[in-house]
Parts: sequence; C-alpha cells; structure tokens
Amino acid sequence: MKEQLEALKLEALKELEGVNDSKSLNDLRVKYLGKKGPLTEILRGMGKLSNEERPVIGQVANEVRAAIGNGIQMKQDEISQRELENRLKEETIDITLPGRKPSQGAIHPLNKVIQDIEDIFVGMGYTVEEGPEVEQDYYNFEALNLPKDHPARDMQDTFYITEELLMRTHTSPVQIRTMEAKKGEVPVKIICPGRVYRRDDDDATHSHVFTQIEGLVIDKNVRMSDLKGTLLQFVQEMYGKDTQIRLRPSFFPFTEPSAEVDVTCASCKGDGCRICKQTGWIEILGSGMVHPRVLEMAGYDPNEYSGFAFGMGVERIAMLKYGIDDIRHFFTNDLRFLNQFVRI
Amino acid sequence: MKVSYQWLAEYVDVSGYSASEIAEKLTRSGVEVDVVEKLNKGITNVVVGYVKTCEKHPNADKLSLCTVDVGQEEDLQIICGAKNIAAGQKVPVAVPGAVLPGNFKIKKAKLRGVESYGMICSAKELGMNDRMLPKEIQEGILVLPAETNVGEDILEVLGLNDEVLELELTPNRSDCLSMVGTAYEIGAILGREIKLPETEVNSSDKIASTKISVKNVSPEHCHHYSARYIEEVSIEPSPLWMQNRLMAAGIRPINNIVDITNYVMLEYGQPLHAFDADQLNDGHIEVRLANKNEKMITLDNEERTLDELMLLITDGTKPVAIAGVMGGANSEVQVQTKNILLESAKFSGSSVRITSKKLGLRSESSLRFEKEVNPENVTVALNRAAALLSQYANGKVADGIVEELSTQNPATNIQISLQKINDYLGTDLTKQDALNVFDRLQFSYTEMDENTVIVHVPTRRGDITRDVDLIEEVARLHGYDHIPTSLMVGATTPGSLSKDQKIRRAIRRILTDEGLYETVNYSFTHPSQIKRFPGMYAQTKQISLAMPMSEDRSTLRTSLVPHLLDVASYNKNRNQSDVRIFEIGNVFLTEEQSLSSQPEEKELLSILLTGNRAAANWSVQENNVDFYDLKGHIETLFEAIGISNLQFVSASPEGFHPGRTASIQIKTDDKVIVLGSLGQLHPSIQQEKDLDEVYILEIMLEEVYQLANFDIQYTTLPKYPAIGRDIAVVVDRSLQIGEIVDSIKETAKELLESVQVFDIYTGEKVESNKKSVALSLVYRHLERTLTDEEVTELHGKVVEKIEKSFQAQLRK
Repeated sequence: MKEQLEALKLEALKELEGVNDSKSLNDLRVKYLGKKGPLTEILRGMGKLSNEERPVIGQVANEVRAAIGNGIQMKQDEISQRELENRLKEETIDITLPGRKPSQGAIHPLNKVIQDIEDIFVGMGYTVEEGPEVEQDYYNFEALNLPKDHPARDMQDTFYITEELLMRTHTSPVQIRTMEAKKGEVPVKIICPGRVYRRDDDDATHSHVFTQIEGLVIDKNVRMSDLKGTLLQFVQEMYGKDTQIRLRPSFFPFTEPSAEVDVTCASCKGDGCRICKQTGWIEILGSGMVHPRVLEMAGYDPNEYSGFAFGMGVERIAMLKYGIDDIRHFFTNDLRFLNQFVRI
Repeated sequence: MKVSYQWLAEYVDVSGYSASEIAEKLTRSGVEVDVVEKLNKGITNVVVGYVKTCEKHPNADKLSLCTVDVGQEEDLQIICGAKNIAAGQKVPVAVPGAVLPGNFKIKKAKLRGVESYGMICSAKELGMNDRMLPKEIQEGILVLPAETNVGEDILEVLGLNDEVLELELTPNRSDCLSMVGTAYEIGAILGREIKLPETEVNSSDKIASTKISVKNVSPEHCHHYSARYIEEVSIEPSPLWMQNRLMAAGIRPINNIVDITNYVMLEYGQPLHAFDADQLNDGHIEVRLANKNEKMITLDNEERTLDELMLLITDGTKPVAIAGVMGGANSEVQVQTKNILLESAKFSGSSVRITSKKLGLRSESSLRFEKEVNPENVTVALNRAAALLSQYANGKVADGIVEELSTQNPATNIQISLQKINDYLGTDLTKQDALNVFDRLQFSYTEMDENTVIVHVPTRRGDITRDVDLIEEVARLHGYDHIPTSLMVGATTPGSLSKDQKIRRAIRRILTDEGLYETVNYSFTHPSQIKRFPGMYAQTKQISLAMPMSEDRSTLRTSLVPHLLDVASYNKNRNQSDVRIFEIGNVFLTEEQSLSSQPEEKELLSILLTGNRAAANWSVQENNVDFYDLKGHIETLFEAIGISNLQFVSASPEGFHPGRTASIQIKTDDKVIVLGSLGQLHPSIQQEKDLDEVYILEIMLEEVYQLANFDIQYTTLPKYPAIGRDIAVVVDRSLQIGEIVDSIKETAKELLESVQVFDIYTGEKVESNKKSVALSLVYRHLERTLTDEEVTELHGKVVEKIEKSFQAQLRK
C-alpha cells in the first residue's frame, strides 16, 4: 500500500509538470485529491489495515497528499503570475494619444497687462482709481490747464456728445476727480487705468478706442528726481533689472516740466534694431511735474505741495511685450489671437 | 516747421555740427525733429545748360533735337521730349556720367537713330517737390532764370546742397515756427550768438500817412495793426535763392511780393499780407468784426460766408481779408499791381482759431496767429519786408508806419529762487548753473539776493509765464539726464485694490479657468444694434456722438451682447464655431432725450456660449452647449464669490428665446435684486447673425460687488451617518422640477442634507405628456444617528406631499 501511495505521488507530480493552465490544474486536483480520486480511494481502504500498519500508512498518505497539494499550489502561483502578466500586456494603451484637457480660457491681453502694471504699483503703495468714460469738458480739459480754444486741444481730437459732454480723451480726469474727493489731503498715490477715445481712423497703429494707465503722486516735497526714480523702478519690474530710462523734454498742458520717457529696447537690449529704429530706445510714457494750475484748480496749494504724473498706452506696451503688429487685433477678438494668451 | 540748415546758418553759427547732429541736440532738449531730409537725393553731374538750338527730331514728332552749351569745350547734342523746351532757355542738364535720384545713371543713348549726350531734366527728375512749382513747369523741363551761369552745378543753383530739419513742434513752442526763433533755441543749446536779419528801410520822401490810413474798431481781437505803403513795385519772380528757401520750407513761390511776405513770415514767425493799395477805397483799412452772413471771396476764389465772431479787414466799404486767415480776391497783388499796402498785425489767437476752424480754412498764417505771434516782431517784420521789397521789387517805401496799437504787452518778470529749482528737480545745481542757462537763452535777469533772481522773459517766449516754466528751461538745457533718480521721502502708504477690483479680477480668473476667453469690444455701435437687442435697459434713451466717424460707431452701447454676437459671427466665418467668450465693460444709460448731464455708466458682465461644449477629440463626443452649461458657469461663479440665494425665474426679455430664459435674481432679507438674464438668444436674431444656437447671459456687476463675500467660515464635518433614499415620480412634462425640489426641502426641513435630480426620462415608458423624474435624497441629523423608522416616516411625508401637490405617480 505504501508502494501504491509512492507511485501515486510520482504519477501525480509527473502529470503536474505537463499542466500549463488553471483549468487543467483544477482537473488534476480533482483527479488526484478529489473525493473520487485514487488517494481518497486508498485512504478509504485504511480501515482494513492492522493497528500497527494504520499510523504508518496514514503518515505516508498525509505526506503524499501534502506533496501533491504543494505541487499544485506552486503550479497555481506560477500560472496566476503568468496569467496576470498576460492580462497586463493586453491592457496596454496608446499613451501617444492626446489627453482629455479641461478647457482653458484666457484673460484678454490688454487686461493682463493692466493687471501686471496695477500689481507693480500696488506693491509700491498706490491705489487703483476709476472714473466715467463720458466726461464733462471741465474734467477732461479745463481742470487740466486746457481752457476752451487752447491750441493744445488740437493734440487730442475729441468725440463730443454735446458741447459740454465728451468721451474722455485720457484718464487724467480721474486724477482731478480723485484730488477733488481728497479735498487737499495728502499723500495722493494713485494709478488710473481705463478706456479712452480719440477721433482717429482705425489702422495698424491707431484705434478710436484705446486703453491708458495714468499715475499721480501729490505730497510735500515731491521732486522730479522722484518721478525718475519711480519710473525706473516700474520699468525694471516690468521689463527686467537691466532696463534703463531716458527722459526727453516735451510738452503736456497739465505738467511742467514735461518729459517723454524712453526705455531700453527690450528686443535688442539697447544695441539698436528694427523695432527701436536703431536708436536702442522705445518711447512708452509721457510724464512730468503736475502743473501748478492743475494743483490750484483741484484745491492743492502749489507752494506747499508738488507732484508728478505719468501716463502710458496699454496697447503699445502690450504690442511691444508680445510682439503684436496690429492694434486692431485687440478689438477683433479672433479666438486664434486670444488663445495665445492662455499662459499665466 | 521745415528748417533749411543752410538758411539757419545765417542766423546762428552751426559750424562744427552737421544737420543731423543739430537735429539730435534739438530733439534731446525738447524740440523734436521728425526727419532730416537731404535735398540733393544723390544727384551728381547735373549742370546748367544753355539751349542754343532746338529743332524737331528727324524721325519723331514728339521729340526735339537740341544743341546745348554746358560750359564744356564742345556743345552737347541732346534729345528732349518736353513740350516746353525752346532755344534760348537755361535748363538743368544731366551730362553723361550724371546720377539722378534713385541712383539713375545717365549715359549716352541713341533715340530713333540719333545720338543723345545726356538729358534735360524736369524738377521732378531732380527729386524736387514739384507741387511747389507752377503747373506748366511741372509738366515740362525746369526752365532756369536767364541770369543763371552756364556750367554751374545745379545743386548750388537750386539750393539742393542743403538739408531740411522737420520740426515736430509741441503747441507751447510756437516760437520755433520761425527761423529766428529756431536760431535762438539752437543758440541756447550750443551757447552761441544770434545774428538777426537786416531791417533798415530806406524810405522815400512820400509820407505814408498821406496815402493810407488805419482804423481799428475791434481792439479786443486786433491788438496791433501796422501798415506801410510801398509804391511802384515791379511784379516779377523772386530771386532763385529765395524761391529755393521757400520751397525747402514747403511754400510755393508765386511772385516777388508774395514771396517776400512769406519769406519774412518764415524768418520771424510774423505773417504779413500785401494788398493792392489801389484796390482799397482811398487806401483805407478798417478792422472790424464781420456781420452775420456777410460774404466775401477769398484768394482761392471761394465765396466765404462769415459771422459776427470773425474778424475782418475792410477798406471801410468792403471786406478785403479775413484777418489772419486769408486775403480777399478783390485786393490781391497781381501782375499789374503798382502800389502796395503791407500789413503786419497781431490778431488775437483765439479769434483767428475760431474763425479758421469755422471756415475749415487753415493757412501758414492762421497757424501762427492762433498760437499768438510775438508782439515785438510786428514792426520788425514789417520793416524787414519793406526793406526786401525795395531791394527785390524796386519798391519805393513811403516814410513812416501807419498803425493802431491797442494792447501794450506787459513784460514778464518772474522771480525764482535757486532753492526752488533744486527742490523741484531734486538736483544740486549752483546759482551759476542756473544763470548760465538764462544767459544762453538770452533772458536778462536781476539778481535780488544770494538765492533769488528776477528773470525778464522776452516776448518771443510767450510760453514762459511762471517759475515752473523757468525750472523746465533750466532742466532741459542742463539736461534731463543730469537729474538724479531718487525715492520719495514722504510717509509710506499701503497699496491695494478695492473690493470691486478684486472681485472683477476673481470673475475673470474663474471664467477663464472654466475655458472662457475674455474679449474687449468697442463702446460705440450702430443704433440698429441697440434696437435689435436693447439688453436689460430697454427703457434707456440712446446716446449718440455729435460727429461720429461712421454710422456703425455712432451710438453708445446699452448692452455688451451685440458685440459678443459679432465676435461669434467673425469667428464662425473663420471656421471657429465653438465660441465661449465674455466681456466685462460699461454700458451708457440715460433717461434724457437730449443729454444734459453725464449718463449713468453701468458695468456689466456678458457671457456667450455657442457650438460644442468641448473640442471634439478621439474620445470626446461632439456635444452642443445648452442652457445648463451657461447656468452652471454662473452658479459656480456665484458660489466662488460667496453669493448664495441665487434664484432663476422664468422670463422672456426682448431678444431672448421666450421658453428658454431665466431672470437671475438674488433674494436678500428685505428685497429681491434682479441682476440680469440668462437664456438662449432669440432664434430670429440667431438666424440674422447666421449663428448656431447661442446662449447668452448679461448681469450687472455693481450689486454683485456689493453682495460678494470672501469670508470663509468652517462648519464641523458630520459625525453621524447619513441615510439615502431615492424617489422616481411621473409628472406632467411641463412641471418645473425646481418646484418638486422646493417642495421636498419644505417638507423635510433641516433633516434633509441634499437633494439631487439624477435622471429625467421622457419616452415610450411614460405617457407622451409626462416625464419621469428621479431624485436622490440624503437625510442626516447633526447630533445623533437617525433611525430607519424616523427616515421612513419623514420620507413618506415627502413622497405624499409630492403626489398630492403635483399629481405625481410614484414609480415603484
């Protein structure tokens, strides 16, 4: 009987070697270890054995059962591992297909530039003021030292609605309104972004609507050197630490002295290129010391207070920053234009 | 102002500086030079030739065969096609080897079988602006004065060895609208002296006041009127050098009389006018305002209708000129003119400005008067012109000036301290630095004490009226580059954005994060756009520009939607039909039919969605946006800016699909605020714009800014389990599911944590006028575990209420 068991073990283990899949393995388990299998058969015959033989054969039978069972288990692990590998192989995907992107929009480049500039000046202690786009002649011109029939009014061709109401030609009226509201209080440190309007035919560099940001500082002892220092700090934040400024004398009715401000051409770093017309400089700002007439009219004594003001065209800054060649793109809103500004 | 470099050199020593160096210096000190134009345009070897003979070309009707003496050993045989060529003329000749503008090389050539050695040139071929020349000269070759020397370089003869600086003058620097004024500026920059023109007049025995008289009845508008009488002038072309200078300045030469008045105007900035004195009634001049609808014919042969704001020069019987703007045809200097009344005056700038604006007539003269001429030059220029008339028109200048002077110009004396200059500029200048600047400007001054001077500003610099103007002169001539950079010394201030500005930015960020593009559109629109889509302010009156540039941009917008629709159409036409855009901008509202006060400006947010929800992809189905996409955007937005109690109420405002539109409202403690509308664009507008289904939203932001709340208050996470129950009911198809949800909330009260609509079914399995709605309810008690029985009881009430209220059938 012992020999019978040993032979059974050998036969089972031999047959196990040829098994390669879960089903055959299960068949094999049933065949040898199942209720109708030979081992059960043999064990059933144990009752006929003598008392001496029974524990001996019992032990052998258990050993044989364990050996076959172990063999089957090992085979089972082997097959599972292989089947897992096969399944994973089948599950392989094409990782080169494009992803499912959540859609991403973009802030309009003009507002992006305004936000950047606002952030720089807010960091320098300014607040942001806004005002109406339809203005009174007084705020747009007269309070800015531009009386009626002053030749300098020709500098800005105006859309009038009535004789006294017009589309503002600059955001300077916001400065006057802010000064009036402050009633002589200092310091005034504001920037005023907004839409402005001039009677220009729309072309690649002109638009009848465009965007300005102006700044105003009023306090005791404000000097022209402070204006230079402030603008230098601004352009270095905006265009990088290497950027320099250059002031050129100019004329604005509301400032005296007045200056046009050039910055180092960002494209050639001052060496001269097509964009800066070989000069190394790009004009981006108008500025000056607030004219005493303007201070007087807004309720500030020019003998006690002084101030500076500056202004820039947002379209121009954006065009230079992004290399945009036609101002009309800003207002056409072609999606192929807008989606170039998704980058934060 | 166009400034000839050579001419300038007569008034100020520019030696050592090229024209472009002068231009750079002017620009850097405040007088911008736009361009420096070289007049020679690369011309070489063009000389004066004398046409000895001129015959018809043997083989060509339209060509002439000329023999031309160019001062060389042999005469040249040249073929010429110009009609005005004739023997005896002096003409410009490009000899073989010459170069004309555009690097056009002249060689010996054969024309219809005959050799031609060079080319006779027109003004245009010499690169001249021939619009300055008489028409017959424009069409043919340039005929030179008989006294021109044969063989002389044409560049010398025509003054083309010159460069012209084009000044881009700011309105305050009208002093540089003259050669002398520009010379003063350059003198100040270079620190060099000025040489003024000769103004001495040799007058005859005749006494001017016996021949002419002047009466000024409008002293308010005419501050000074002065005249001289010049007899027996001979009208002829002015000398070539004078013509050359006028042309370089952009002024057309006419005859010696007119040219001299223009020449002196360019020298001094003082416009002059020459009347044919014999056409004036008794040589009389009377300056007065025009009568309403008074008419006169000006020099350009146009009849002008005048009004009582316009200043006239009359002879007491008829108008003879519009003061400072243009002369009259009736007293124009003509070939037969013998005697001249020469006018030099100072008219009020605003008077001339108003007149020229009303008449739409701007001239070199009005341009200068408008900006106030230098009162001191009225007499100087008059004398200068009289001197030139005697020299170049053989005129006999009668003795004396006949004038009326009504306004004395008080001298401008400005006290300024060194301290103020340095305090204002942030500089560290010495007193001598400042005085040097005044010396260079040729401003005299009186020193008061160590620190203070009184500067006597000459009348030529009428722009300088206050101490800050002098500070600017010091700053610019000292050099803006020498002003240091400094940081402000005052108290520091905290910078910040206002709440409104922060929320506006938040709205922008949230919407762009959700895939929308921000747009910026014009504020002006076509009135029909407003009619078609008035937006939420249908009651507003339209506001129109007084003088729009086009009908399309004539009216202020009352809604942002029309421009967003245009953007959608524009993009659709370029194969971009999935459009998700928004704009934040102002609209303009008024109740007034004709505007008398500033309109109300309301800031609005508008959103437009059309086309596919997401870009089609290998794994994403094309799916058109609908009402709920847009509603979702606004719900997310309001959640993010802390506004709850948002309500959507069925509405049918103009321009929207009546069955697919909601009014967006916020319920506060005491009122309901209507923010705007959300819905599908009315299909008829959609069709007009050739768009696919469009969903639009427009809300006002002022109230949103007020209600927005960024405060976050943490609430404890639930400790006790929730129990879920689902319901499916069949109701009328027209029932708004919001009503069921409201009913559930009302019945279940605070034990209801949430209710979700998770399915809506219409189709075969329900009757045709019904729909099946499935809802998922979650119940939870915050302080203890709910029992199954409790929930079953409460849920039973919920179901019962629905069944009763909406005749709903529960689906089991």
